[in-house]
Amino acid sequence: PPLADICGFQTPKPGGLVSSLDHDNEEYCGNFSANSTISLPPFANPGTNLGRVLKDESGNDIPMNFDHGTTTLGFKYQGGVLLAVDSRATGGMYIGSGSVKKIIEINRYLLGTMAGGAADCTYWERVLSKQCRLYELRNRERISVAAASKILSNIAYNYKGMGLSMGVMVAGYDKRGPGLYYVDSDGERTPGNCFSVGSGSIYAYGVLDAGYRHDLTDEEAYDLGRRAIYHATFRDAASGGIVRVYHMKPTGFEVISEQDCKELHYMYAAEKQ
Amino acid sequence: MSGYDRAITMFSPDGHLFQVEYAQEAVKKGSTAVGVRGNNVVVLGVEKKAVAKLQEDRTVRKICQLDDHVLMAFAGLTADARVLIKQARVECQSHKLTVEDPVTLEYITRYVASLKQRYTQSNGRRPFGISCLITGFDNDKTPRLYQTDPSGTYHEWKANAIGRNAKTVREFLEKNYTPENVATEEQTVKLAIKALLEVVQSGGKNLEVAIMREDSKLSMLEVSEIEKVVAVVEKEKEEEAATKKKESKSESK
Repeated sequence: PPLADICGFQTPKPGGLVSSLDHDNEEYCGNFSANSTISLPPFANPGTNLGRVLKDESGNDIPMNFDHGTTTLGFKYQGGVLLAVDSRATGGMYIGSGSVKKIIEINRYLLGTMAGGAADCTYWERVLSKQCRLYELRNRERISVAAASKILSNIAYNYKGMGLSMGVMVAGYDKRGPGLYYVDSDGERTPGNCFSVGSGSIYAYGVLDAGYRHDLTDEEAYDLGRRAIYHATFRDAASGGIVRVYHMKPTGFEVISEQDCKELHYMYAAEKQ
Repeated sequence: MSGYDRAITMFSPDGHLFQVEYAQEAVKKGSTAVGVRGNNVVVLGVEKKAVAKLQEDRTVRKICQLDDHVLMAFAGLTADARVLIKQARVECQSHKLTVEDPVTLEYITRYVASLKQRYTQSNGRRPFGISCLITGFDNDKTPRLYQTDPSGTYHEWKANAIGRNAKTVREFLEKNYTPENVATEEQTVKLAIKALLEVVQSGGKNLEVAIMREDSKLSMLEVSEIEKVVAVVEKEKEEEAATKKKESKSESK
């Protein structure tokens, strides 16, 4: 059977005077115009059934492993909020990329991290950017971190059970000071001082919890975040690549460092001597 | 002109939306309401229409609370006001739920004004026949007073009046509103009551006065308290009249 039938597309009636490119866009890509309310896959229970749809002509499973596996962390301290992430994307045992940007710049005062489905995180955090900018224009003041994280968590809750995979931290600076929220695709939204998300989070927590204090200096905080991610990349197969450190200050965010974890490995090894 | 005031979605040849203007006329028939923004309080005062003998007094409430920190008084069709108040109250809570912050006065005023505007541009609907005075404190403790009208426009005011004889009251306020005159709660209340007394029959029984303070505590003045202020205002008026008489006598000599 032709591909169009399998996907459920309706072939357009021939002989129309409609401009074909626009028509195709409308017909097959409704998500372009309604980007905040995207259509669901054309079958029930997408969360559980997506795997079942992936079969080739002979009925064998087509393995489609989403890019999971990551280590991200964030913590509040006297100097604002610190975010540190790795940059490896894996699909099963295959390393898809070693240089993914897992910190998404929503705006100058809001950052989001990425863990889980890379596409889900990137897409919805970009929708969040749009909503935050509209809020600014309508209310003539910057959106609070609480409100921004709530927009994202309400979106996630809307699609609950439908297969989204997101474990995100929303970090920012607003009238109330530094803000850090953990938001995930189950619809959970938790404020907190210290989070780590991803397959490598267990290793990062060990280092983070051992060294965390509220009154860390900026340099100490950068070093703590960097070290925690490095240790996760060392032990977790699904984490690696470049360790990126961002600092959210009252004046906006600043990129502190982006170093390959291999570099850090030899640096820390030398320190031990 | 007469052909253009049926379907409200239509403009007249000279650019009027007659239904909106007729709604503004309905507002002018409503009982007077005045709002004054003080240094650390906001005061709303309304004229209470005399009730029939058998009618219970307190069922007519023209000052309503939209949220802990937002008050509203209106002039015009009471039934229309009920609809707007209901929706505004829901919006205040909805905003708190999604943004985790209480509404700013500007936001809720904009919401009410947008509602009103929508009804000036919908098929088969007439505009709301009320003007509102929305007042209260923002989260940063700044006092605010806004006025909306049936066309859906809104503006911020230091002090304003709506309803019957609003022009007279507003002119009085323009002459008598100074930052010194509203420095304390007492003075602000006195100014509001004095302004209302310009057009309302004297007597505390004919006025309803609400005060909201910085800490978002609302208090409706008792009749006795209003009468006290009214007495002071009357006395001052008499003294003023007496001194003027003396001056004109000495001049004419």
